[in-house]
Formats: sequence, C-alpha cells, structure tokens
Amino acid sequence: MMKEVEMAIVGAGPAGLSAAIEAAKAGVHVVLIDENKRPGGQLFKQTHKFFGTMEHYAGIRGIQIGERLLKETEDLGVEVLLNTTVWGIFNKDVLAFIQDEKGGQLKAKKILLATGANENPLPFPGWTLPGVMGAGAVQTLINIQRVLPGRRALMIGAGNVGLIVAYHLMQAGAEVIKVVEGKPTIGGWGVHASKLTRFGVPVETSKTIKRAEGNEKVERAVLVKIDKDWNEIPGTEEELNVDLICLAVGLGPMDDLAWIAGCKFEYLEELGGYIPKHDQYMETSIEGIYTAGDSAGIEEASVAIEEGRLAGVAIAHSLGYIEDREALKRKKEILKRLHELRKGPFGEASKKAKERLLLRRK
Amino acid sequence: MPLERDGVIESKELEKSPGVPSQKRLRKGPVAVIECIQEIPCDPCVLACPNGAIKITPSINDLPLLIEGRCTGCGSCIPICPGLAIFLVDETFSDKEELVSIPYEFLPLPKKGDRVEILNRRGTPVGEGKIVRVLNPKKYDRTPVITLAVPKGLAMEVRGFRIL
Amino acid sequence: MRIIDHPILGKLEIKSLVEIFVDGEAIEAIEGETIASALVASGRYVFRYTEKTGEPRGVFCAIGRCTDCLMMVDGIPNVRTCITPVKKGMKIETQKGLGEWKS
Repeated sequence: MMKEVEMAIVGAGPAGLSAAIEAAKAGVHVVLIDENKRPGGQLFKQTHKFFGTMEHYAGIRGIQIGERLLKETEDLGVEVLLNTTVWGIFNKDVLAFIQDEKGGQLKAKKILLATGANENPLPFPGWTLPGVMGAGAVQTLINIQRVLPGRRALMIGAGNVGLIVAYHLMQAGAEVIKVVEGKPTIGGWGVHASKLTRFGVPVETSKTIKRAEGNEKVERAVLVKIDKDWNEIPGTEEELNVDLICLAVGLGPMDDLAWIAGCKFEYLEELGGYIPKHDQYMETSIEGIYTAGDSAGIEEASVAIEEGRLAGVAIAHSLGYIEDREALKRKKEILKRLHELRKGPFGEASKKAKERLLLRRK
Repeated sequence: MPLERDGVIESKELEKSPGVPSQKRLRKGPVAVIECIQEIPCDPCVLACPNGAIKITPSINDLPLLIEGRCTGCGSCIPICPGLAIFLVDETFSDKEELVSIPYEFLPLPKKGDRVEILNRRGTPVGEGKIVRVLNPKKYDRTPVITLAVPKGLAMEVRGFRIL
Repeated sequence: MRIIDHPILGKLEIKSLVEIFVDGEAIEAIEGETIASALVASGRYVFRYTEKTGEPRGVFCAIGRCTDCLMMVDGIPNVRTCITPVKKGMKIETQKGLGEWKS
C-alpha cells in the first residue's frame, strides 16, 4: 500500500519551508522532502544579514532565518523526510524517491516543487583544474564545512552571489585579489561591492578570465579586458597569482521534476532560463502541481519565502482548509509584498518576466 | 566612475543622496551618514533609529532620508544595515582629529589604541589613524562598530582600515 | 585549511575526530564532515584523474551534482565525496578513470 498524503513538498529551502508552515498552520497534512541531511536549502550558508522588511526577517542573518523556519515547521509537526531524493513523478500525483538506497513511492493530492537552482558553469581553458569551483561551492565549503579551499581568490562575476561570496571569503580568512565582471556594469547591489572596495578589494568591469594555469591545480589566472560585444581587447592580458577561482556567473532553475511531470515551460533569460509556467497563485499548467522559489525563476530569498507562503495558502485553500474570503485576503497580502519586493530597478526585469510567464487559467 | 562601474560611490553621487547630512549639520556634531544610493527593497534602519531620524517612504524601495535635525549621532543604525552602508561621523572631535565609526565584520578585531592605515572608499590608503573605540555588544549581532580617529578633513573620506 | 575562528560563525567546535586513510596515508577528520572537506582541510585538491586524458579533477559544485569529486571509497568507485560523510577507518583512494569495484 502506497502512503498517501495531502501535500508533498519537494525541497526544504526557504520556499518549501515557508509553504509547509502556511499549509500546516491551516491544518493540512504536509510531508516535506529534501535530498540533503538537513533542511534549509541555501539559507545556512548565508552568514550575512538579509535585506527587506520585518516580514522578510530583514537585519537577521540567513542562518538565523533558516533556524526560525526550521523550528516553526518542527513545532507544527510537519513530517520531514531527509536524505531522500525524489527522482520521478508518475501519473501527476505519485512521487518516486530513494532514501537510504531503498526505493519508495508517495501519493500526494497536491505537490509543490521547490527545488531551487543550479550554478551556471563558465568554460575557459584550464577551468577543469582543481581550484576552479562554483561560488556556491565555495560558500558550502567555508560556511558549512568550515574549510578553506584556497588562500588567494579570484571571483568571476559581480552579481549579488559573486559579491557576497567574495565578502564571505574575506571573513573566512582568504585574500580576495579581485572581482571581475564581463558586463560594463556591476550586476549586484552597489552596497555589496562597496563593502569590498573600501577594504582594498577591486571590482573591475568589462573584464573576464582568459585562462587558468597550473600544475595539477590553479596557480595563475590570466585576465583580459573585453569590449561591449564580449571580444577580447588584444594586449590587455593581466596575470594574477591565485589558488582559487570562483565562478559566480548566474543561477538557473532546477526543474527536472516539472519537466518529467509534463509541465509547460517558457524561456525567460531574466529569470535564469526555462521556467515552469504558473498562475498568480503558483500553480503550474498541471492541476495540483505548484512551484515556488528559485525553481519558479531566480530571484531573492525574500521572494522565495513569499512565493512559498503563497503556494502554501493556495494549496491549503484548494484542499478546503481555508475558506474563500480568508484565502483571498491572505493571497492578496502576499501578492502585495511580492509586488513591493519587485518594485525597484533591480526587480524590474524579474517583474516583467514574471508577468510574461503568467499562466491564465480559464 | 559611478557606483555601478567600480563599486565605489563618487562624491557627486553622495552629494545628491538624501541619507547624507549637510555640511552645516556635519559641523554641529556626531551624525549618521547613510551611503545607500540605489533603490532596493529594504528598511531595517528606519526601526533601528530611536529618534525617528530615518524615513523610507512611501515604498520600501525608496532611498533612506536622514532627518538631520533629529539625528543625535547615537549610532544605533550602523550595525543594523545589511549593506553595511551606514557610518557615523564626528567632525567636532578635536582641533586636529575627526571621528568616523565603521561596521567591521572581520577577524582579528582591532583594539582600542591600535594604529591603523586608513583607507578611502576605493581602498586607497590616505594616512594613519587610531582606534578609539570597539563596540561589540550582543545586540549588534556580530557586527562590531569600530570608531577611528582620523586627521581633520578625512572623516567623510575614510571608510576602511588595515591594522598596522 | 580549517577555519578555526570566524567573525560570524564563532570558534570551531570539534566534537570528535576520526582517523581515515587517503591513498594509504592516515589523516584526521572531524566526525560528520564530508570526505571532500577532510581532504580540503588536509591540503589535498586532486581527487581523481579523468578516464581519457588523465587530467586532475577536484571539488567543483560541492553539492553532489557535478561528479567532479568522485573517489574510490572502501573499494567502491564513483563516490560523491562532497556529500558523503567520513566514517572511522574509511579507505579513500584517488580514482583513476572509471575506477574499479574492489569490494
């Protein structure tokens, strides 16, 4: 006999945890599944204070937000399956998983896919040398495992991830030699760059890495200036002695399960790639399957939390645990906060892309 | 170069900013300097100020406005800013020196009396300074605030340091 | 290298140590940490050599997805060292190519 639950959430990061909390508060029987040995997604790597407002835990460190969300799910008695990888969705409502090398299946009335994102690679000669790794990988090693994979680092990419991880590297005791960005402007928030430059770490735009060199590991990086069409400007090569090269060149949503389930997708570069189409309450083109967080488009952690809450309320409502008027009120409150989060110049592109993504149900 | 070109705020960008106090206010005594010039959704500084001297309205994306008449220079806002973009400047400290307070989340923490190389926003050394105070109470949640004495005229330039 | 003290995370608390073997050499690891972390802490960076060209590989994604960190562990090849916790007495070997089943 297959176990049957009302709501299964794949991914226990900020979106999944927030959805679990909203749904469980309303009385839904929620099962939260994660392939890692601990829930929290990327939150436990974020040692810095978060932006936003009170509802987004602004001024509180990512690690503490993770702990609060975890505690709330524990207090609500949410069932959590860890070290459990969901590898398939069948018949649109059966999740196939592996746990401790044993297979299993779970039937769920409603499924939320909150599986997060993957780091983009950046191939260049020498990129396979040990010592070249993703910025997220560096964050995992220094903030979770507390080991330093290098002492002299080069950060490629000045989006928020690159700028924040460069700062984390400094806090971990590494020297960040430089942050380079291929575009002519810094993609991340200026404040994240300023906290580096004021301590002597230069952030240089229109520059990229030409190659990495070394015997069995990174020993040098050769940088080069590029023009607005990304062509190398000859004669501008610059050699740096580094033993760690971090790639922070964007994230892409990880939506294998949504593809497998047959959800409709749309390609939106501003949101990181192929995104499952979803309506304003996070339900995909397949009734009963929802998505939230980075897997619904790369944005901020605060957006992941709000989208998770929205999906949680929408699912609880559809299962009959919240009556219509109350559900609409809560959904509107969350949508209003999401709208605020996407307002500024940095959120503009995401906002427009999300509008194009919107699935309108008849 | 503007902020988004090299991560360093230019003087003219600062002059336009609603979070930066006027010369008149700077000459009066300690005051907060909020170097937040991009619209991002964020407002913990508003609640951190016990005197209501910071306003972000009507949207949380708006730039923080410093109501310089209400600012007492208490420094409560410094550790709360997630962007570490708020400083405290006291141009009236003495004839020869000015004070600047900087949020600092690195080890080792300097000690009172330490001599330091003082850096401008670009990280370029502009002289030498001395650590006057290190505040690291529990309520700052691991964002110590370091107060440096710097040569007169430099408190609006110095935003970093290196322990000598 | 281990990060002993950290401005946000505080001092590293080592609850218990275990002995593991890497290419025959005994090294100390912290119980509960991943194999990859123990190796990085001990200054090692080459985890395997590729099948066709014999090129060195090490940690890349650190999250169990890219397969760059695969090593032979207790006679089993292709173990994702970045997500596998160390166990007392574990025998870890630099994997050459596809490795071989020894157990």
